[in-house]
Amino acid sequence: MPEDSQTTRPINFHISRYNPERDRKPYVQTYTIPVRAGMTVLDGLHYIKENLDASLAWRYSCRMGVCGSCGMLLNGHPTLACNTQILHIATKDLTVSPLPNFEIIRDLVPDLLTMFEKHRSLRPYIVRADEAEINDPQGEFYQSPAELERYLQFSYCIKCGCCMAACPTLATDARYLGPMPLSAAERYNLDTRDDGRGDRNAQTGSAHGASRCHYAGECSRVCPKGVDPAKAIQYLKRQLVLDYLHLARRKKPCQKLHGPGQAKPLPNIPAAPAKTV
Amino acid sequence: MAEIKRYDDRLGVWGWLGGGRWGVERYAYILHRLTGLGILLYFLMHVVVTSLRARGIYLWVEGGVFHQPFFKFGEFLVFAAFAYHAFNGVRLVLVELGFAVGKPIEPVYPYKTSLNVQRPLLISMMVLAAVFLAAGGYEFLGLAK
Amino acid sequence: MGETKYWTWHMAAGVVILFLLGLHMLIMHLGGITHLYAPLGGEAISKANSLYRDGRLLFTVTYVLLLAVALYHGLYGLRTILFELTLKPAAEKAITIVLLIVGLGLLGLGTWGAIAAHAIAKAGVRG
Repeated sequence: MPEDSQTTRPINFHISRYNPERDRKPYVQTYTIPVRAGMTVLDGLHYIKENLDASLAWRYSCRMGVCGSCGMLLNGHPTLACNTQILHIATKDLTVSPLPNFEIIRDLVPDLLTMFEKHRSLRPYIVRADEAEINDPQGEFYQSPAELERYLQFSYCIKCGCCMAACPTLATDARYLGPMPLSAAERYNLDTRDDGRGDRNAQTGSAHGASRCHYAGECSRVCPKGVDPAKAIQYLKRQLVLDYLHLARRKKPCQKLHGPGQAKPLPNIPAAPAKTV
Repeated sequence: MAEIKRYDDRLGVWGWLGGGRWGVERYAYILHRLTGLGILLYFLMHVVVTSLRARGIYLWVEGGVFHQPFFKFGEFLVFAAFAYHAFNGVRLVLVELGFAVGKPIEPVYPYKTSLNVQRPLLISMMVLAAVFLAAGGYEFLGLAK
Repeated sequence: MGETKYWTWHMAAGVVILFLLGLHMLIMHLGGITHLYAPLGGEAISKANSLYRDGRLLFTVTYVLLLAVALYHGLYGLRTILFELTLKPAAEKAITIVLLIVGLGLLGLGTWGAIAAHAIAKAGVRG
């Protein structure tokens, strides 16, 4: 590893290329680039595009590991290109391919539409039994820190698709919902404000739902945000079994605070100033 | 969306088997499937062969067709498969019912996942399987009298 | 919710098999150490010891029970593996039917075998 950030080392990028208008299947093209300490794979791809081959295509946006656009297979591991320093994973050769278990649109660009459609089918938003309440809210929901902690970890998902690429079930079963949609469903099931568990169970308990997970755990190992989808799916399975056996504990309805003046303020909080309008 | 040709990049059955760079739990899953299939194959034949005893045919006793060392070794392999499958199965039942995976936590890098929490369970189940297997090996080698 | 039902019973069957098949292994394959239910000496799987066990109602009942849960667990497991290969719905239906037939057929065969062997063993004891 170069000690000084000015010295460079040549690294061979073996990149999977595919142009649907010309190629029948992907092929590997190799580029050698000078790599400084601290350069991420995304920096490397930019170098190639700017200096060696302008036709290279990939997705990226934030370049800081929060948008989830640049998920790709680096030396066989699905991860974010912006979050991975080249010299941490390669000394001479680096293989870059698009995320597997998706269709490839072009070069390193996977078609994530199937993942998003599966996600949408599980209604990944707060569903209340009383629809009017959502459209015309009369107050805010109260959620204690303990209640928040029950689902917070699973809300950090950035929808990068790395877990879907790592899952062994998705390698063969195109209809399996996958770690991301299932952990998104569980994030809402665990949310005290949500009443949609019954509806989601119909999907998550179906033939290609949570029971197709066999706890290989790869999704949690590769997740760049520590969401731990494997844990969410096991919680989901437990809830499905309890619901099937009618042993599920009744969900406490979420407390509501109806507008200012109705909640009891703490003793040393001064009153609000008089309205001026 | 306009008609864009796609290339289906699913890994297929190779995605089940792995490239030697994955976690222990994934290999545990692969082995669980292989042992399950092996046991099932043996079991289907076993039901037929043992049902023949109702007609007085005992193929597995001393002198019978299945008492040869080759078949005896095969039986030991089935025993080994059961040892692994059963103890890993105990781990799976516990984990898939939400026990031994830990509570939701605030993810702080480097991330500790449910895999870390259930690792001791995996190790203890494998130790038990090894003990069971050793006992079976002891018997199989004719050392137990 | 349908799959959850089958999967829950798959796991429950697994736990039952753990005990029954574990006992079966202890008797048959660890008999040299445990000496369980093989009072006539020699190998646990000898004809004499087999007849001894077949003559006891406890064994006949547990054999049939073990057969039923093991067939369910094993064949449902095989179905799960096959269904993960993204098959056409018609193929999936066909597989379910074939496995159901195989399962019920072997259940019938094994139950008949256990009951007939029980009758033979009992007759042998008396006769």
